Amino acid sequence: MSSLASPERIWWKPLIREERLWLGVALTWCFVLFVMMIVWGAVANQNVPVETYRTTPEQFREVTNSFVGKYQVGTENGIPVVRPPAGDVYLTASTWLWSPILELKNGGTYRFHVSSLDFQHGFSIQPENLNFQVLPGYIYVITLTPDEAGEYQIVCNEYCGIGHNLMVGKIIVTE
Amino acid sequence: MATEGLQFRTCPVTGFNVHLPAQRLIIANAVTAVVCLLIGGVLALLIALTRWEAVQLLPANLFYRFLTAHGANMLVFWIVFFEVAGLYFGGAVMLNARLVKPKLGWLAFALMLTGAIMTNITIFTGSADVMFTAYVPLKAHPAFYLGIILFAVGALVAVNLFLVNVVVAKMERRFTGSVPLVTYGLVAAAVIADFTLISGAIAFIPAFFWSLGVFTNYDPGAYRVFFWGFGHSAQQINLCAMVAIWYALSTLTTGAKPVNEKLSRVAFLLYILFINLGSMHHLLVDPGLGTASRIVNTSYFMYLAVLASMIHAYSIPAGVEVAQRAKGYAKGLFQWLKKAPWKEPGFSALAISLVMFGFIGGTTGVIQGTLQLNMLVHNTLRIPGHFHATVVAGTTLAFMGLAYYLIPLMTCRELVGKKLASLQPYIYGLGLLIMIEGMFWSGSAGIPRRTWDISASGSALAAPVYEGASFTLGLLGIGAIIAVIGGGIFIAIAVSTLLFGKKQPA
Repeated sequence: MSSLASPERIWWKPLIREERLWLGVALTWCFVLFVMMIVWGAVANQNVPVETYRTTPEQFREVTNSFVGKYQVGTENGIPVVRPPAGDVYLTASTWLWSPILELKNGGTYRFHVSSLDFQHGFSIQPENLNFQVLPGYIYVITLTPDEAGEYQIVCNEYCGIGHNLMVGKIIVTE
Repeated sequence: MATEGLQFRTCPVTGFNVHLPAQRLIIANAVTAVVCLLIGGVLALLIALTRWEAVQLLPANLFYRFLTAHGANMLVFWIVFFEVAGLYFGGAVMLNARLVKPKLGWLAFALMLTGAIMTNITIFTGSADVMFTAYVPLKAHPAFYLGIILFAVGALVAVNLFLVNVVVAKMERRFTGSVPLVTYGLVAAAVIADFTLISGAIAFIPAFFWSLGVFTNYDPGAYRVFFWGFGHSAQQINLCAMVAIWYALSTLTTGAKPVNEKLSRVAFLLYILFINLGSMHHLLVDPGLGTASRIVNTSYFMYLAVLASMIHAYSIPAGVEVAQRAKGYAKGLFQWLKKAPWKEPGFSALAISLVMFGFIGGTTGVIQGTLQLNMLVHNTLRIPGHFHATVVAGTTLAFMGLAYYLIPLMTCRELVGKKLASLQPYIYGLGLLIMIEGMFWSGSAGIPRRTWDISASGSALAAPVYEGASFTLGLLGIGAIIAVIGGGIFIAIAVSTLLFGKKQPA
């Protein structure tokens, strides 16, 4: 008898002590992991956002444009720089640009509305290393509260064409 | 019966009654698999030497093109062709049975080969620079989708031919009682394969018509759900087939038998029931899903599929230990392990594959599949780090280990370069270990996957500076070189055995 040949007629046999012990430990641990996932969901400070809205690229471009028109304070390399109050901010991903550049206050809570105008993109804030998927047609609302002043980069980490590696945006956090 | 007798030979090594039409199909599928592995391996080297920023070998367009081709050839073509060979072995040869409809097997092979060639040509001519995932609305030439659809249809035919074959073999009384454990594991893999290939059809058939312009709006969120029902589940077929092969290798190299057939078989059943939920791992930080669905799916519904892997992680070493102790290696706690056949490539492949799959691939999969932690790893190099530990160090190495037995058995030729073969799993494993560590550390620093240049030189704004990137990406490059050498040795041994191996009496 081997794993390559048919087993004996009756192979449905009780587990021996070691097998029961191993199975018990493994099952308990699996259950702990499962419960912890729910517990973290309830008590953790940093959780995956779930707020999502449907949109179209045209609609989202319009919303972002009016947001930029309201709070623009300058431009850098052709990309508008905005200084919005705490609350809703808008960020568009398109080949191969994150727009606008956001100037935020340290400690303020901002609701990032992120969407793409063309392909799928990856919203990756560095050096914090927080990563989210950005899809055209969906607004993903990600609530962020900066806790340290400085410059942060937004890197695209979903392949979006030949210029993918050039797609870098910026968040400036001031005191 | 007379004509049937002519179609069988008795294998002098294993005693199996080998059905010659099945044997021819096994060889054809296995050889094609190795060719795909060769293509994928050459591309792996070029890609890795591009990600190593100090070298940056390829220009951006070729990097993305080759990365697409590497994914398709390694994750799909090499593995599925080899799995089909394994299915015919487990469903016919191991049961001493005939293959019921060899013609259907050849039809499946023709469809898969046509699909693989079509997809490869489309990619290499630059009409499908969309990555293996082909995330809508990135659009490839229709031939890219059609190729994958043809391949999937062929694979579906092969998988179900195997399932039918097991039933017919039972009805013809080619074996008595239950199927062998290895065949049982392959049946589980085949059931998962059916689910996977149907998901693939749901993702790619609309994509094909969308690329033709029949309709204009293909929802990218829906595509991701369908695609990962195919893309991740395909890796669960690999997992299941790999575990079946682990059992086979443990028997072939040490004479181990399953310590408890019930426990092992229930574990395979748990895979069928729960493992496909893991596809949701890819959507953890996508817009559009609620917390409850994320938790239920990514925990494989209470980690019951993980429990299955824990069972195999117990029963395979336990089987080896029992067999070794019965041979008299019973001194102390570990003499059985010390005296294991470490020079036998099948055994070292089993050991390295099991340890690297379990301790690196499996654990990181569970860790990265945690909701909160997924935000830290999504689309960084940690992801390729995880799946190179599972699919390459795990599945591919196990397949290589089996091939060292399958090729001589099926071709009736002696293995060429046995000394080199006994070193090969160590070289391959070491290279992968270094490469995977490089990927993990890079990913932890935030370095994205699938990008040609992390310095983003030439962009409007400055890119972040990733800590330690030159070191960790260097590890990736050096590890990949060693792994490719190890893979090259395997291919050289397989091809030379096929062509020049000393003929043995059939």
